[in-house]
Amino acid sequence: MHTYTEKIQNLAKDVLKQGKAEMVIGFKQGTIPMAANPFVAKNENDADNLIWSSTCGLNLANYLPGIKKCEGKIGIIAKGCDSRNIVTHIVENKIDREKLYIIGLPCTGMVDKKQIALLFDDEITQFSEEGNTLIVKSETKEEKINKQEYLRSNCKTCTHRNPVIYDELVSDLVEEQIIEDQFADVKKIEAMSSEEKWDFFDKLTEDCIRCYACRNACPLCYCPTCFVDESGPQWVGKGQNTDDIKTFHYLRAYHCAGRCTDCGACEEACPMDIKVRNFTRKLNKDSLELFNWEAGLDISQRPPLDTYQPDDPDDFIM
Amino acid sequence: MKIIKIDKKEWEQGLDKSRKEYHLFGAVKDKDYYLIQALGDKVYPDMESSDTILSPKSVIFPQTEKMLTANLDEAQDNHHIMERVETDYSPRAVLGIKPYDAKAFKILQLNFDTEEFKDPYFCDAYAATTLVGLAVNNPGQFDFSTSVDTGPFDETDLDVLLIDTGNEYLAKVITDKGENFISKCGFDNQTDEKNALETISKLKKKAEKAIVSTVSHDKLNGKTILELYNAPFWDDIAFSCINCGTCTYVCPTCWCFDIQDETKDKSCIRFRNWDTCMSRLFTEHASGHNPREGKTQRVRQRFMHKLKYFPDKYDQGLMCVGCGRCVKHCPVNIDIREICEQMNS
Repeated sequence: MHTYTEKIQNLAKDVLKQGKAEMVIGFKQGTIPMAANPFVAKNENDADNLIWSSTCGLNLANYLPGIKKCEGKIGIIAKGCDSRNIVTHIVENKIDREKLYIIGLPCTGMVDKKQIALLFDDEITQFSEEGNTLIVKSETKEEKINKQEYLRSNCKTCTHRNPVIYDELVSDLVEEQIIEDQFADVKKIEAMSSEEKWDFFDKLTEDCIRCYACRNACPLCYCPTCFVDESGPQWVGKGQNTDDIKTFHYLRAYHCAGRCTDCGACEEACPMDIKVRNFTRKLNKDSLELFNWEAGLDISQRPPLDTYQPDDPDDFIM
Repeated sequence: MKIIKIDKKEWEQGLDKSRKEYHLFGAVKDKDYYLIQALGDKVYPDMESSDTILSPKSVIFPQTEKMLTANLDEAQDNHHIMERVETDYSPRAVLGIKPYDAKAFKILQLNFDTEEFKDPYFCDAYAATTLVGLAVNNPGQFDFSTSVDTGPFDETDLDVLLIDTGNEYLAKVITDKGENFISKCGFDNQTDEKNALETISKLKKKAEKAIVSTVSHDKLNGKTILELYNAPFWDDIAFSCINCGTCTYVCPTCWCFDIQDETKDKSCIRFRNWDTCMSRLFTEHASGHNPREGKTQRVRQRFMHKLKYFPDKYDQGLMCVGCGRCVKHCPVNIDIREICEQMNS
């Protein structure tokens, strides 16, 4: 059991008992290995089902706008990126800070389930972790691997593992990573010729089945009607036409400009293993370079794309 | 019944011979995972592969399928008259299909090919297709096929069942379609039926015994629709759902589609796409009213359809073949087995 699990259960019980919140959003154990199921604990008994593990890779802030019936506060377990999306929700007036009871969770990274699965020829049947060691079993073999080597790529470059906003913490804050070159991956794509870039992005999205798991797992994608779902006028074709598929991905990425926290939920959710962060990463890099901006760090700051400063970069016009 | 022994060394040569008559489909490794694809020249199906992410339903029921076309040029006599598009329905064979994935086509047939209505696109594609199954000797942890009236050796909708015995396949030729395919491959080493059937029976028992995942649905029939529809658990089940279409798109038995028209210059195409009951748009009326406005209603619909409405209407078991793809690929781990147990309890 992860050392956080018991702490989360106790904190959640206390929060529910004291009435600090009416419910606590967290994860419960999944029904299959390496799966965690987002879950809302409404009473102390429910709280016994809360867990933590390095497979809790979805972003729980995504569930906040969907909660309509809650008179008291909503409790939520928030790792670094979840907390940044909570800040973004607050800044974008999706939810009041006062409505939330945030149980901050200093995070040591989520694991890349797909990379781990590639270590095996057969299905993974058991997964557990002891500190930094992951113990993964299938019918035919057992692997003990170092968690840090199997982190998701967004967790490898994460510099905000600690929650940026919270009412209580699950543990002491963890040391933040110092990343020498945070955007090496983006630079590789930037260095490509136009043709190579087309080719790269064509290949990237070629297996997309338009299930919209990436969009729906994303806390930023809360539009009541997404542009791809508009039917009057219909902006985008609905079939498997590659231009329509690319239109969806490119436009969705632009809607996330200056808002994306690189939480990785989009890639975590994609059933086809499409690395959709390749789109948003470039926008995050631009936000940092042009506006010295990282999304979701401070509820008192307006995002760069909804403010104007006379010295905003305008090289692209000139 | 005929049982042919195929030396694995001769398998690919045989397939090459069949290409004169058949377009071949099979599992191919794409990046890090397997997909069912049309096999180009000298491309062979991976017969050792684990599950493909998507089921083989797209071979007969493609995600996007052109149906009708019209010329919009008013100077032409036939302008604005919809005509069926020309589609290649020459013979095709799906190689190494899992027996329960093939059974799923029988379920799709209940919708697309009835006494009253015949969907020409489905029917023509189905008629053109030969299903060459590969028995699942080592079922995975997600496989609950034996709980839902099919199984790792189910022959219900196969033309040929291949059984992997190590260096050879035993090919159980089930239909005339299967017979034609096997003969076009040049496989003719007929083997002693009694011995072969014994081997197959042993492997089948072993495979069925190896299935660890089960689901009970015996009490669903006795419950009323409203009892299940109004059950208290739907909000809790739906909480984690993000309403993506993954479960419906990976499912071999989900048959819902949406029809779209697209025009460009003077031509118009009518085509259909897989649709998903997880989407709000799926039931949105032109008036703006939506009978399944919230995600709880949508999640409930998916499970009620598969586990209650369908069995009640057709009396052919559940609308599920136990392949486990939705369980494996759901981004938030909503597990149909768990929900079925809850409904059944």
